[in-house]
Amino acid sequence: MGEYLKKYFALRKHNASTAWKKAKLAKNCYLFLLPYAVIFCMFYVYPVVASIYYSFTYYNILESPRFLGLANYISLVLEDDIFLIGLKNTLVIAIITGPVGYLLSFLFAWLINELPRAVRSVAVVVFYAPSIAGTCYTIFSVFFRGDAYGYVNSFLMDLGIIEQPILWFVNPQFMLPICMGVILWMSLGTGFLSFVAGLQGVDRSQYEAGMVDGVKNRWQELWYITLPNMKPMLIFGAVMAITQSFSQHDVCAALCGFPSTDYAAHTIVSCLMDFGFQRFEMGYACAIATVLFLLMIMCNKAIQSLLRRVGT
Amino acid sequence: MSRKAKAKTKETYYKPYHKPLIRRRRPNRSVGGDVGLYIFLILMAIVMVFPLVYAVANALKPLDELFRFPPKIFAQNPTLDNFSDLFVTLGKSWVTFTRYLFNTIFITFAGTAGHLLIASMGAFVLAKYDFPGGRLFFKIVTVAIMFVPAVTQVPNYILLSKLGWIDTYWSIIIPAFASPMGMFLMKQFMEGLPTSLVEAAKIDGASEWKVFTGIVMPNVKPAWMTLIIFQVQALWNNNGGMYIFSEQKKTLPYAMGQIQGGGIARTGQGAAVTVVLMIVPIAIFIFSESQILETMASSGMKD
Repeated sequence: MGEYLKKYFALRKHNASTAWKKAKLAKNCYLFLLPYAVIFCMFYVYPVVASIYYSFTYYNILESPRFLGLANYISLVLEDDIFLIGLKNTLVIAIITGPVGYLLSFLFAWLINELPRAVRSVAVVVFYAPSIAGTCYTIFSVFFRGDAYGYVNSFLMDLGIIEQPILWFVNPQFMLPICMGVILWMSLGTGFLSFVAGLQGVDRSQYEAGMVDGVKNRWQELWYITLPNMKPMLIFGAVMAITQSFSQHDVCAALCGFPSTDYAAHTIVSCLMDFGFQRFEMGYACAIATVLFLLMIMCNKAIQSLLRRVGT
Repeated sequence: MSRKAKAKTKETYYKPYHKPLIRRRRPNRSVGGDVGLYIFLILMAIVMVFPLVYAVANALKPLDELFRFPPKIFAQNPTLDNFSDLFVTLGKSWVTFTRYLFNTIFITFAGTAGHLLIASMGAFVLAKYDFPGGRLFFKIVTVAIMFVPAVTQVPNYILLSKLGWIDTYWSIIIPAFASPMGMFLMKQFMEGLPTSLVEAAKIDGASEWKVFTGIVMPNVKPAWMTLIIFQVQALWNNNGGMYIFSEQKKTLPYAMGQIQGGGIARTGQGAAVTVVLMIVPIAIFIFSESQILETMASSGMKD
């Protein structure tokens, strides 16, 4: 045993010293990486660590943080009804818009790929534009205006489906579904581009080989040839879709107000904004952030292990 | 030669000068499927693009047409008054429209330029050199792509306030430099560049900086465009959030919120600002679409 440990440590030491020698030789590499690494650590790595630390404290920026233990988490789960509403809404949004948006991105990318080249480039712009159109989603508040002059209301009233105008963004029954519709409209984002590019990169000769081997129609072609070739893009797209669906707040806040009626469109991020930047209870806000962070990392791991089985 | 064999040679005879009128269809495609595909895609395209078209059409309508009921999608007497009104009405206010516009343009430009330089420098060494810690660092960057921006917002605020950067442009510009998405895409794209190119330059005696500026950067122009579009999109729509609170440093999206909150008289100008905000990222995307798709082809994640 002792000898084994000795060998183990000798090996570690050897590895460390070779790494050190290599590092000395690669001094310029570190210089190149330095500016990015410093800013990245400051604004992406440190905040995650700090947020875990602050989540165990009471902190309002003015006083120094006071250690509370698990009290923040306990009151999150047991006392804070609004957080639980936010959690529920976020999960509903994520479970519906995440997979649906992901599938839509792939579906459209795949269908667009069938088109001739010139039409394809126009189609990509058309489908990608909503996700980069900035705050254009506020136009939906015109369509869904609450009075009888709102387009959707007047349309439905002309058809005789409803008798009186519906207050779309005040009635909790309709708020979340409309927000999810708008989110889906904007969901063909980075993942979609990645799919389009990935589909163009699949080797043509594989399709011909597949046809010789008995692939009959486009569906079989999709499952046996296209999807296995696209696996890296599928994982990338999934990461994008998950991140997007968990971080929804802007759309809900712009359409339904912040806070919304009965908190029906309140998400976790809304809770975080509320506590972090309106009440300045940074410790509590950090506890919310940590919960969100863990939720997302777990979701990502699960989806990635699922996607690895595609086409096998 | 028998007649049968003769017929066969005639059949397989290939005429390179005779181009077929209709190109050979791709294998495994039925005509019905193609027709259905076009109909479905056209319908969906209309759904996707209608709100955008409506927003643009709205901005071109004079005030009386904006409130016409039942509404017409396209303006009868299109004008650019709404756009010029932005400068006229807001020109007299305490903080003028041009100031908001300048703030947004400055933040977008500085943030994008710095990000492009810093992220490419990092991506270059991560892609082309093998040094201890490099792979680990890239793995952390990949995980950072998964972060919801809100997770880092509270500690960022604390950090920025300790640095004294709250309420300066830097509070938005500097964190944008390190956006992990651009780094990831740049590194993936640079890996596709032949290593022999870098090595040949090194044998000829070029320093790392020379290799970077002279050989690698000119060869990854498609990736530049991709970094630019992602960064412009993020910064152009940045409303300053919690980090900026003095009025003369606020950005255009914030001003848009104010204008739209300004009641019925400002409806036309609100529509005009919406168009100003959405047109820039879309225009950049249209001009650089093929380059962006070229970059995204290497965007896959192995694990």
